[in-house]
Amino acid sequence: MNKSAVKVPLVRIVKRDTIAVWRSWLVRLIGLVLALAVSAIVIYAIVHINPLKVYSAMFEGNFGTEKRFWVTLRDMMMLLCIGVGLAPAFKMRFWNIGAEGQILVGGIATAGVMIYLGKSLPTWELLLISLVASCAAGALWGFIPALFKARYGTNETLFTLMMNYVAIQLTSYFVAVWENPFGSNTVGIINQQTKAGWFPAVFGQQYMMTLIIVMVLTALMFIYLRYSKQGYEIAVVGESERTARYVGINVKSVVIRTMMISGAICGLSGYIAVAGASHTISTSTAGGNGFTAIIVAWLAKFNTFMMIFVAALLVFLEKGAIQIASQYNLNDFASKMITGIILFFILGSEFFTNYRLVFRNRKEAR
Amino acid sequence: MRSAQAAVRMCGITKTFGSVVANDKIDLEIYRGEILAMLGENGSGKTTLMNMLSGIYYPDGGHILVDGREVSIRSPKDAYDLGIGMIHQHFKLVDVLTAAENIILGMDGKIRLDLKSVGEKIRSICGMYGFEVDPEQKVYDMSVSQKQTVEIVKVLYRGADILILDEPTAVLTPQETEKLFAVMRNMRDDGKAIVIITHKLHEVEEISDRVVVLRRGQYAGGMATKDTNAAEMTNMMVGRAVSLNIERPEPIDPKPRVIVEGLTVRDADGVTKLSDVSFTAYSGEILGVAGISGCGQKELLESIAGLQPSESGSIIYIDPKTGEEIQLLGKDPREILSMGVMLSFVPEDRLGMGLVGSMDLTDNMMLRSFRHGKSIFTDRKTPRSLAERVVNDLAVITPSLSTPVRKLSGGNVQKVLVGREISSSPTVLMTAYAVRGLDINSSYTIYDLINRQKQNGVAVIFVGEDLDVLLEYCDRILVLCGGKVSGIVPGRGADKNQVGMMMTKLGGEK
Repeated sequence: MNKSAVKVPLVRIVKRDTIAVWRSWLVRLIGLVLALAVSAIVIYAIVHINPLKVYSAMFEGNFGTEKRFWVTLRDMMMLLCIGVGLAPAFKMRFWNIGAEGQILVGGIATAGVMIYLGKSLPTWELLLISLVASCAAGALWGFIPALFKARYGTNETLFTLMMNYVAIQLTSYFVAVWENPFGSNTVGIINQQTKAGWFPAVFGQQYMMTLIIVMVLTALMFIYLRYSKQGYEIAVVGESERTARYVGINVKSVVIRTMMISGAICGLSGYIAVAGASHTISTSTAGGNGFTAIIVAWLAKFNTFMMIFVAALLVFLEKGAIQIASQYNLNDFASKMITGIILFFILGSEFFTNYRLVFRNRKEAR
Repeated sequence: MRSAQAAVRMCGITKTFGSVVANDKIDLEIYRGEILAMLGENGSGKTTLMNMLSGIYYPDGGHILVDGREVSIRSPKDAYDLGIGMIHQHFKLVDVLTAAENIILGMDGKIRLDLKSVGEKIRSICGMYGFEVDPEQKVYDMSVSQKQTVEIVKVLYRGADILILDEPTAVLTPQETEKLFAVMRNMRDDGKAIVIITHKLHEVEEISDRVVVLRRGQYAGGMATKDTNAAEMTNMMVGRAVSLNIERPEPIDPKPRVIVEGLTVRDADGVTKLSDVSFTAYSGEILGVAGISGCGQKELLESIAGLQPSESGSIIYIDPKTGEEIQLLGKDPREILSMGVMLSFVPEDRLGMGLVGSMDLTDNMMLRSFRHGKSIFTDRKTPRSLAERVVNDLAVITPSLSTPVRKLSGGNVQKVLVGREISSSPTVLMTAYAVRGLDINSSYTIYDLINRQKQNGVAVIFVGEDLDVLLEYCDRILVLCGGKVSGIVPGRGADKNQVGMMMTKLGGEK
């Protein structure tokens, strides 16, 4: 019974009731500063390089030249677009982790249109047709797991995950069919001479069109989720299927409709990746972005405007890590550690916006 | 009789959640050989206070003394080490395990699990106090009352001699309640300290030796039960005098509104939930539905609301204006609404079915009506003014209209739900456990609201669990037993024991 000696716990965790907006941003700012400080110490301790130089190298890697700036922006938009695609599904608590596959089938559709119709149609028609084709392909990839979920109650996480592998195999097949030149085992740059079906430069910038498309989509999705009747239905189904049935919402059709929208936007990301960036298709066209976008969607709490910041941060960290790895001849691990530390603190600051600590001497933290 | 030294003494206990003070400097003593009733309205801090004894919460201020020694209870395990055990309102049992396995779950022991000796020890505890538990029975096979018994034995098995029961009778029939009370008396006479948390006055009078009343997180008074009466306790609890009679106006011009005939319902597993149920609900009348929990009440209401596929039978709705007969069976809620049937339904699971917990008041108001109009965008102005009206008319306490409803207290949540359901001027109103978990004030608000609907000629179907209320409030009572109609009795002059018998046995014969 000696356990019962009087001892107040050193720290207790207490849930916050509410937090002022400026305070929550202050907490996040402190998190960022701490992250930079801690990784500075780690950098110096391990590789003995001036941390400030490392940070400036990260910035250089992202925005050092005009070309880099636009490539960074393009990658941010790509990630953001997938995150926007995931938003309606996630809001409905339908864990679509099949974005990777939906991107690939969208990419295949785009590449197909470029290859087969590239010679016969003018650019704008070509762009429009491949846009529709990529959305349709992605929507189909979303429709299949949604149908099985609605009809037979299958687990959507497993189903969408497995659909990724089907899409990868499908991509391999088409790479073999469209192989160019023969024996290279790649599709090569499609329509390299004519640039048929490529995104044209807008305002003299190659990636401006990507930027415009994704930004418009982000705004539209925000409005759709927050102000439309369908968006309201998605929220109700996500919160409680029983409530949805109770008020007469057809849960099955909402699930299928929403997943088709989600798949279509992910398919559109494939379109952007193929017609707007790489102009080729391979099994690495999605490049793991479909999974990274899950982090984007969650960190932004499914708010598409917040996703802009999160996607920007993740791409910045990744590009910066690559830059310092090559500039200072570090191996991958050193730069990944920095990324890890920064993410850790940023996620950690979310904890402090929801909870506060109470110490033994009754002084309350933050 | 009670011992001289307090088993537990709580001094100046304070606990806050955010800006809410749940317990404000409460002093309390618990004695061995005594049953203490902890009385208070919802949100008065009864459960919070006891949770600090059982190690769920840690107090922000004050001291706890067990047998005269100051202690710090940081976890349920600390509480068990001090001999304190709590039986929670929501049982914490593993369905697929047996009673014995549940009872020893989480306890330290030898490597080899000797369920035989565990079973023997359980039987000896049962024999001592008069419990009926089969150690080998799986929990999923048990009735609610059996599960509760397992919870109590679990606590005793761990050597607790200070027992806290949180609203134990909420889920029991009158007969089961009697049994529980007998066991509690046995345990008291064995010298255990027992605390029962409740908001039912007649239980306090029946079982307790002493009563402590909490009001809004503060100690409102305490006395020997024999020295007080219901009126005094209510005044302490509510803070002013309250009339305890439920009004029952005479039905005006009752006409058949919903005719259910031969309704049979099976659930997804093929288990018969309702079998050949027939009755008629009249306009301007409250039809009570009584029964032990899980006897088909839920299926009955959900069948009428179009949420439950039925095997056979018919549900005819008679339109009060045209006299037209409309078949509701086989229609979903949307079809029912589109046929012009104004059916309102306050389901048992308020936040899981009737409302969306994470949405604010405005968004919850438009759950039923958001489809109105041709625009693809939602109209939030109308629901907002409806929310304002409900908040004003029903005195809903909420920080704002944009507060998520799950942050409201139980009574306010129910007011929001009932407010929305009656705002569509229904012709049929169904309520399931409309006042469950509500304090006296909120309960009477709800009774009044439903009465007003009744006087407007609405056919009310009122599923309840408190027999006293059903007998005092309803015009007729439909008694269900195992999915069948055990009988329909008039509410005026019905005998409580007879209705109780009908709940456990078809027709009520012995």
